Amino acid sequence: MSGHSTFEPKHPALKWFESRLPLVGLVHSSFVAYPTPRNLNYWWTFGGILSLMLGVQIISGVVLVMHYTPHVTLAFDSVEHIMRDVSYGWLIRYIHANGASMFFIAVYIHIFRGLYYGSYKNPREVLWILGVIIYLLMMATAFMGYVLPWGQMSFWGATVITNLFSAFPVVGPTIVEWLWGGFAVDNPTLNRFFSLHYLLPFMIAGVVVLHVWALHVVGQNNPAGVEPKSPKDTVPFTPYATIKDGFGMVCFLIFFAWFLFYIPNYLGHADNYIPANPLVTPAHIVPEWYYLPFYAMLRAVPDKLGGVLTMFGAILVLFFVPWLDTSKVRSATYRPLYKQFFWIWLVACVGLGWLGSKPAEGGYVIAGRILTVYYFAHFLIILPLLGLFEKPKAIPASITEAVLGKKKGAAPASVGVSAPQTKG
Amino acid sequence: MSNTMSFRSSLLRPLAVASLVLGLAGPALAQEHGAPKPHREDWSFAGPFGKFDRAQLQRGFQVFKEVCSSCHSAHLFAFRNLAQPGGPEFSEAQAKAVAESYQIQDGPNDAGDMFDRPGRLSDHWPSPFPNEQAARASNGGAYPPDFSTLAKARTYEVGFPGFLIDILTQYQEQGPDYIHALLNGYKEPPEGFTVPEGAHYNEYFPGHAIKMPQPISDDQVTYTDGTPQTVDQYSRDVTAFMMWVAEPHLEARKRIGFQAMIFLIIFAGLLYFTKKKVWKSVEH
Amino acid sequence: MAATETAGTTRRDFLYIATGAMGAVGAAAVVWPFISQLQPDASVLALSSTEVDLSQIAEGQMVTVKWRGKPVFVWNRTEKDINEAKEVQVSALLDPVARNANLPADAPATDANRAAVDKEKWLVVIGICTHLGCVPIGHSGEYDGWFCPCHGSEYDTAGRVRRGPAPENLAIPPFNFVSDTKISIG
Repeated sequence: MSGHSTFEPKHPALKWFESRLPLVGLVHSSFVAYPTPRNLNYWWTFGGILSLMLGVQIISGVVLVMHYTPHVTLAFDSVEHIMRDVSYGWLIRYIHANGASMFFIAVYIHIFRGLYYGSYKNPREVLWILGVIIYLLMMATAFMGYVLPWGQMSFWGATVITNLFSAFPVVGPTIVEWLWGGFAVDNPTLNRFFSLHYLLPFMIAGVVVLHVWALHVVGQNNPAGVEPKSPKDTVPFTPYATIKDGFGMVCFLIFFAWFLFYIPNYLGHADNYIPANPLVTPAHIVPEWYYLPFYAMLRAVPDKLGGVLTMFGAILVLFFVPWLDTSKVRSATYRPLYKQFFWIWLVACVGLGWLGSKPAEGGYVIAGRILTVYYFAHFLIILPLLGLFEKPKAIPASITEAVLGKKKGAAPASVGVSAPQTKG
Repeated sequence: MSNTMSFRSSLLRPLAVASLVLGLAGPALAQEHGAPKPHREDWSFAGPFGKFDRAQLQRGFQVFKEVCSSCHSAHLFAFRNLAQPGGPEFSEAQAKAVAESYQIQDGPNDAGDMFDRPGRLSDHWPSPFPNEQAARASNGGAYPPDFSTLAKARTYEVGFPGFLIDILTQYQEQGPDYIHALLNGYKEPPEGFTVPEGAHYNEYFPGHAIKMPQPISDDQVTYTDGTPQTVDQYSRDVTAFMMWVAEPHLEARKRIGFQAMIFLIIFAGLLYFTKKKVWKSVEH
Repeated sequence: MAATETAGTTRRDFLYIATGAMGAVGAAAVVWPFISQLQPDASVLALSSTEVDLSQIAEGQMVTVKWRGKPVFVWNRTEKDINEAKEVQVSALLDPVARNANLPADAPATDANRAAVDKEKWLVVIGICTHLGCVPIGHSGEYDGWFCPCHGSEYDTAGRVRRGPAPENLAIPPFNFVSDTKISIG
């Protein structure tokens, strides 16, 4: 692997600058010369797509703040003012609202890809954990952002989610009042959520830098799950990965534009076009779609504290996946059993999401309990056991071999030993 | 509120009472109450090339002005909107004339008093009641909801797989469907259903007991362009108007959307071939 | 940079150029709404006019009203003020142009062109110093008009600049008489 930057400035001015701050060299080694496995498929373009979406959300968000007023009497009308009077305000607001959903679609695909191809395994544990942190920060950011338009769902979503903390014994109610800054969700709550909603995306951006750094230290995983062994296994990031990522991004933007321009309210709730009313709860309190699986788990547990712990546990368990999966083989391509369990787990997640949108009654609750148990069983029982009992298929000796389809049999041997040494 | 409603399910009573009293009925409830799904109407503004019908918006505005606005506010709707592109597109002079026919409270003047003056284009539609409490007091405890975003604030549950098909067909007109159905949903209550005092039976309203009496009847509003003066036609026209009030830039959105789509598809095509060319010599 | 294998020095690659150009066009198109949103929005543009009741303004009195977020001075001038303004030759002025939105752009800065039509005792000017936007103080300065506290510009009884650094006379907004005692600005 061509580790250190080979960038050598020719122009004297650039030479002068590079010897004092090797900025161009850093960019060159990270995004030009950086070796990427040649066998990456299109699921690997979602990292780039996510960077794009983070940028889109930050830029559109900063612009929206120029016209938004964070006050309970003005918030709803100021959002409508953006929709009606501000030049292209409707476009920017719909970009931001739908962009949040697109961000989550992309991050879920990115996470599923990581789980399928075992991208969390040695030596990529830190990379994976940083990713889970980003996901958590995204959830917090999106939740607080949804409160800002101050519609009925904003208000009641904020009320329900902050009330989760009341489940903790003794200190619960105090924590909740502390979160609210009052005795109910009100103006102080709106103001602090607005402040934090502006702050968190930049924290996400910071963790993304760490995430990419960690990625460039250990190198990318790939569909074969074997580390690059010779220069033949990799191609330079530019132009190969850049053009592929670019194509992936534009395809994703087409999908985004479909929602943005033609069904911009599809992913939202009609009730959020009713101004917040602290005296009336809407008939159906449903969170945004990206929280639905967790919401289903919350309601599946009959005990209040138990439900809250289960919900947080569902995310916490992701932190331990690198150690819960005992298999030495990375890619599900060579793990016949894991591959099936992966898809079953994915269906369970989608099922939980569907249940989260249903009223908590009768068969829905029972189904929710079964799927919740399965969700945890997948991580806590199936993953550890599979590594012991599964008989993996023969693993290609190298990426090049995997690409050329030469299955020389035998020699599955060492996986993930030759960690590439990229720049520090 | 002192009414003795007899709902079939006592569990749902608190919700139904709440929605009745506050006029914020979540139409999502409709299904649980056995209300039929509103019929999908043929809206001119639906679909990727949807546009408002100017004449229909003008008629809808007439219905709103002569009938609805005596109880319902539309505080985000300004007189100037009447002349803006993508709406009913009245001339500026017409919009001005409408504005001037209303008295708007302004002030305080130098003496510290509020005073009334004729409306201007920059003024918003005057609300029929000074505040929510006054509106409730005049309407038997129910608050006639504001029209500003109402067409987007109503929906009904589509169910599986319809909700997925709607993504492909871009159908987003559940709100207008519901409003149209509601306006045509006044019926004699079925046997065994006791309509509470001061309420009216409506097939499509969650809980069926709505505080709003049938708001409009045939020939109530006189159209000058020969359009049939029926409740069905009135409700279509006013619903279209409400959709425009809720989403005044709908036409611009779809027009720019089409341009963006064409651009993105061509760009994606070019990128695809560029990518192919770049990767030509690399087996992957 | 990479792509060196394919990008020969003589052959212009149409595909690469087309793709790059398309990307540039797309980026430019995306930037526009984000610039455009900074313009005054539709509700701001619609705030057109302010009415002022003149019957409450005594002779010699100067009132300040707000129009489009800016102060407008409405001055009921005395005979002495008017005569003072009339005596000044246009050629002696720092800015010989009327700066009156109700007149052609090149109208000379005579008192008649500065005061209200046929009602010369009324002077209506935007109360923003043409230097750097401060609000001048009325009935002060050497010329009996306005004195700007920020950098010392002075205006006469017709609102014309008489001492720098202000480059222009105080601007006169579009206005008209709705009745004998009422004007509408804007």
